[in-house]
Amino acid sequence: MGEFKDSAHLIRLAGVFLLGLILFLVIRSVAIPKSFGQYGPFRGAALVELSSRPLAFAGHEACENCHPDVAELKSKGVHKSINCESCHGPLAKHADDPGNVKPVLPEVAQLCIRCHSENIAKPTGFPQVNAKEHFGGQTCSSCHKPHSPGLDAGGKK
Amino acid sequence: MNVSRRQILLLLPAAAVAWEYVLADNPESSPNFKMSDHWWGMLIDISKCIGCGSCVRACATENDVPETYFRTWVERYHVSDWHIENPEVDSPKGGIDGFPQSKAEGGKNFFVPKMCNHCVDSPCSQVCPVGATFHTPDGVVLVDYEYCLGCRYCIQACPYGCRFFHPKKRTADKCTLCYHRITKGLTTACCEACPTGARQLADLKNPNDPIHAFLKTHTVQVLKPHLATGSKLFYNGLDGSVR
Repeated sequence: MGEFKDSAHLIRLAGVFLLGLILFLVIRSVAIPKSFGQYGPFRGAALVELSSRPLAFAGHEACENCHPDVAELKSKGVHKSINCESCHGPLAKHADDPGNVKPVLPEVAQLCIRCHSENIAKPTGFPQVNAKEHFGGQTCSSCHKPHSPGLDAGGKK
Repeated sequence: MNVSRRQILLLLPAAAVAWEYVLADNPESSPNFKMSDHWWGMLIDISKCIGCGSCVRACATENDVPETYFRTWVERYHVSDWHIENPEVDSPKGGIDGFPQSKAEGGKNFFVPKMCNHCVDSPCSQVCPVGATFHTPDGVVLVDYEYCLGCRYCIQACPYGCRFFHPKKRTADKCTLCYHRITKGLTTACCEACPTGARQLADLKNPNDPIHAFLKTHTVQVLKPHLATGSKLFYNGLDGSVR
């Protein structure tokens, strides 16, 4: 019978542990997405996916670059703080390709009423009208111009 | 030490795996947008909201929110003169078509726009069993749609009711604070569409942002402060009856 050596057992055991460790590291490297931990404890590529969504609203700066005349007119009236796309709708496609994609002109009657119809829950001081009484059968735009809605004649704002 | 060519070839992939671990924990390598320069929140001025629903419509178009689901919505409050703890709240279709004239008489009436509060200590991210909900370094709470299992824990956990189960994606979904817009220097769709400036995107890390002057000079409140969620949705003129 050969001499019994304790160390032989330990080396084999260490070998098994090493194999387990390598297996663990290999599985880990395969299972964890590459971008995990890039910005924090989450998949970094998720940020790229979320931030690469196409725009629907171009933003008012884009409008004002090409339509400075309207921006100038609007900046003098009470509607100065309203962004273009609030009334005209999302127009990023038009901003990207102004030649081919033309915006649809919003329907004035519905547009004005959306904000200016009477409602008790609206802040006091916000101009509100009862549509039936106020119009008298006319459209809003026959008296008020949406970009600068104050009445020119009569001096009333 | 004598290492043969075969041994080196075997060692190389192991070294590559090890090096990837060293690189993986390297934060902040976004090319043009530096996340650590921003800390996003939003200011909502109740005294300016007219309940037109522009924000709800804009959000739905910008983010393809399915019908009858809302990432942002508007509530109408009616607080009677004698029972301020029990307000009557309605929100027909989330306010997407605006509100009909209120029937209630007397008391106090106002609109409250709502959306994700992008909490610093958000309950939704704490309950997620797979870590699909996460916080970006610029303070936005987002969902990784590839990780999300659709277990709906987060939907129950959100004390503000800001999450929903997306019927097509089969995952939890919520406001992203228009992450695709704010990282490009634009404001969110709801802020862009708001005609009265009742909603304003705020960068709390930018010392020139008007939010700082506003917070100093106004009585600003967050929703459910007792829950200590660290909400970053600041309401000006918030009534105590709002839940």
